[in-house]
Amino acid sequence: MPSTFTKTFDTPAYKGTVTIPLGLYINGEFVDPVEGGTIDVVNPATGKVVTSIAAGTKADIDIAAKAAKEAYKTSWGLKVPGIQRGKLMSKLAVLMEEHIAEFAALDALANGKAYNTAYGKDNKGAIAVMEYYAGWADKISGKTIETNEKKLAYTRHEPIGVVGQIIPWNVPMFSLSLKVAPALATGNTIVLKPSEITPLSALLFCTLIEQAGFPPGVINIVNGYGSTAGQAISEHPLIEKVAFTGSTLTGRKIMEAAAKSNLKSVTLELGGKSPNVIFDDADLEQAVKWAIHGIYYNHGQNCSAGSRIFVQEGIYDKFLDQFTEQARAIKVGDPFSPDTYQGPQVSKTQFERIMGYITSGQNDGATVHLGGKQVGQEGYFIEPTIFTECQPNMKIVREEIFGPVACVIKFKTEDEVVEQANDTSYGLAASVFTKDIDRAIRVAHALEAGTAWINCSNQAEISMPFGGFKQSGIGRDLSEYALENYTNVKAVHVNIGLRL
Amino acid sequence: MSSFTYQFDTPSYKGTSTVSTGLFINGKFIEPVEKGTIEVVNPVNGKIITSVAAGTAADIDNAARAARKAYKERWGLKVPGVQRGRMLSKLADLLEANADEFAALEALDVGKAFRAARNGDVSASIAALRYYAGWADKIQGKTIETNEKKLAYTRHEPVGVVGAIVPWNFPLTMLSFKLGPALAAGNAVIVKPSELTPLTALRLCPLFVEAGFPDGVINVVSGYGSTAGQALSEHMDVDKITFTGSTLTGRKIMETASKTNLKKITLELGGKSPSVIFDDVDLEQTVKWVSHGIFMNHGQACTAGSRIFVQAGIYDRFLKAFTEHASSLKVGDPFARDTYQGPQVSQTQFDRIMGYIKSGKEEGATVHIGGERHGNEGYFIQPTIFTECKSNMKIVQEEIFGPVAAIIKFATEEEAIEQANNTVYGLACSVFTRDIDRAIRVAHSIEAGTAWINCHNSSELSLPFGGYKQSGIGRELGEYALEHYTNLKAVHVNIGHRL
Repeated sequence: MPSTFTKTFDTPAYKGTVTIPLGLYINGEFVDPVEGGTIDVVNPATGKVVTSIAAGTKADIDIAAKAAKEAYKTSWGLKVPGIQRGKLMSKLAVLMEEHIAEFAALDALANGKAYNTAYGKDNKGAIAVMEYYAGWADKISGKTIETNEKKLAYTRHEPIGVVGQIIPWNVPMFSLSLKVAPALATGNTIVLKPSEITPLSALLFCTLIEQAGFPPGVINIVNGYGSTAGQAISEHPLIEKVAFTGSTLTGRKIMEAAAKSNLKSVTLELGGKSPNVIFDDADLEQAVKWAIHGIYYNHGQNCSAGSRIFVQEGIYDKFLDQFTEQARAIKVGDPFSPDTYQGPQVSKTQFERIMGYITSGQNDGATVHLGGKQVGQEGYFIEPTIFTECQPNMKIVREEIFGPVACVIKFKTEDEVVEQANDTSYGLAASVFTKDIDRAIRVAHALEAGTAWINCSNQAEISMPFGGFKQSGIGRDLSEYALENYTNVKAVHVNIGLRL
Repeated sequence: MSSFTYQFDTPSYKGTSTVSTGLFINGKFIEPVEKGTIEVVNPVNGKIITSVAAGTAADIDNAARAARKAYKERWGLKVPGVQRGRMLSKLADLLEANADEFAALEALDVGKAFRAARNGDVSASIAALRYYAGWADKIQGKTIETNEKKLAYTRHEPVGVVGAIVPWNFPLTMLSFKLGPALAAGNAVIVKPSELTPLTALRLCPLFVEAGFPDGVINVVSGYGSTAGQALSEHMDVDKITFTGSTLTGRKIMETASKTNLKKITLELGGKSPSVIFDDVDLEQTVKWVSHGIFMNHGQACTAGSRIFVQAGIYDRFLKAFTEHASSLKVGDPFARDTYQGPQVSQTQFDRIMGYIKSGKEEGATVHIGGERHGNEGYFIQPTIFTECKSNMKIVQEEIFGPVAAIIKFATEEEAIEQANNTVYGLACSVFTRDIDRAIRVAHSIEAGTAWINCHNSSELSLPFGGYKQSGIGRELGEYALEHYTNLKAVHVNIGHRL
């Protein structure tokens, strides 16, 4: 197979040429996979193959894990002081910024999101995350703990060693950065598998690693399928921790594989069916805008999408009218057109899945208030869709659709809506809209979710932890809290006088 | 409801203990749905002391319902931390008021010396409950600066319903180490004691009521691991499992969690902890600490210093002094005043340890002392020392969980560290030397969750405890334990950002 892919973009949003290597990035080099497989990368706007990348399997993960282990023992970990690790990460952030337009173009091409979103949100966000954690690298602290005068007792927050990371396709570069950054800051080496659907931006990222000054083997990026390369990471005896963002189904498999292999610790960021609760004293104009953002951002391909919208009856009709108007006005089209808000769904599989849910909603008796159909004839575009007359037991209300499909549900009282909102096995996020301070905080606290937004929705902060209650996950990403995922706590007891 | 009364008339303790033997669910002792029982055996003579109710999945389900209801209606954040703390303090006081009785029950059930049960297990349990009582009103989140248009903060909320699966080696202590942080953080708990050693957990139940815990906040369901333990791990309405026990069972629990509701897990598993002795040590103290490291609790400690690496320069003198010390350890009746080591906990454990001793002999190690059963009844094993051990022998790689030390000579620091780390386990380690640089360097180089310098098995409630590698996931004790009993929620309050 050819070793690089070059594409010249000549579009309204972006003009430029991007070249990326296609191999596996292991121990500082691009290599062919042992078993020689490839994966086709499809442009979801057209359904056509853009290029093929090298696909790694178990044998390649083994090589990468060994390289990462060797790098950890000889040229990374605590041998490289935090301040040094931070400097390399800062350099990497600068390089990411220099190439931001190319990263954005690759994400828009493979994922289908609007180029401007890939640029201004995904990749600006990725750079900010790298910078944020660069600043943590020399601030990893343990504690001294008072016990008695005959002992010096302290804890160390040591790196774990080699960590495995498996990232999703919905926000490729942002996911990559938020996984890689805390792992590097705390001194770990990495074997990372991008999504096989959106591998291109990760390959560009590989070209910056050596430039930033990282020793070979510190960051290894191995593209491949989840069932082969991903499974191999979950099972590998040299990998002492695995971090995964993706579907709940796959999350379970990863935890099972960890249990059966070397009991590696596991953090999981999984699915959601997040409620958006709107009381009748909400600032309606803002509530509508935030609700639109909550479900239609990223084409609904967002783990914290506010996909169940509960509207109090006093404001229901007005809300629905305005929400429908704004949903109808969403510009669906070519990712490289500057006024596009919503591009195609990421793949044929996702497209069919979402259309399947729309059919199921209709069959179960919900009303398609808006949308419900494919847009155009090629690619995987779906109309922003609104269901009304939804019942709590419908699949469209219970299951994660991961598409631009909102379920709008009327409610009367606070108690009723809190109960309905919590009636789910998920618990990733929630929002509440009201001006009443007591109710805002009371309801935000009552909703069983790892993130509660008050008078906003899906507005993450790098300095705030993000993760799930219940079956939405284990552990937290972002903020200082993520550092815990990547450190091993060691307690040291120094006997300075206790005699037996 | 049935109960068991035992009259103690021993040199160490005289008194009567009465223990209800049912399942303790929602504040009452009840019969199990499937009416099974488990026999409790006295390991001193292999005779049955009594039987207790054996819970199964149906009972776990009832307990989970009771716990969830209690959590929602009369526990969790509805009860302020200061009140939760007072109840834990009261529980500690009640345990202290009955300390000797609890120690006697523990000595009877486990076979450990009364003295150790009283001064070790029961004291540590009281201290743990008090320590966490003090944390209950100090659970804190953070406010986090983002920008002026947002108030952003975190809450460290209770997880909800926690399942605690407790081992047989330190039954009351391990239970307290789990109850303390779980209750301090506002969770409701379902305890499954070990089927081998349920007595102290059951004896504690009336104290829960007296301490003021609302019904359903703490439930105790005795039962087998494969039934009650499995049911707890699978239950869709249990939010978290905290488990201490074998690595084998730990794997099953993690797998079960992955296949059911992805409940959170903390696992405290096995170990094969190295003690590394350099030739500049204070020999007399080192021998005492190393002996404590391996022979404490009859070797039935997850942190047992079971691989003893001795530098060449001091090897002969160490071996002589260590052998002398080990030979002086009194093996006998737990209730005799001078007993150091009682029987192993069960026939199964006895057989397992004797099997390892046999394997050591077969693989060519030398039995320096011991290696045989002690006496004719019960599960007593002589303190045993193996020399001429090679790193690939089963007695060097696998956790024996008995009074069996493997001694290995080494030359250099690098060699000792490499051999010490040549294990899938990583629970603890110790290093003995007077050289400050070497002490800290080696303690930091050994891959273990706890490193002891010039001591071993000297635990502290305020320090975190847990494993690297296959010795576990998560940490118990200290402030760190609280993380594992709380759910982190981020709240973003928009106070000015308009779209």
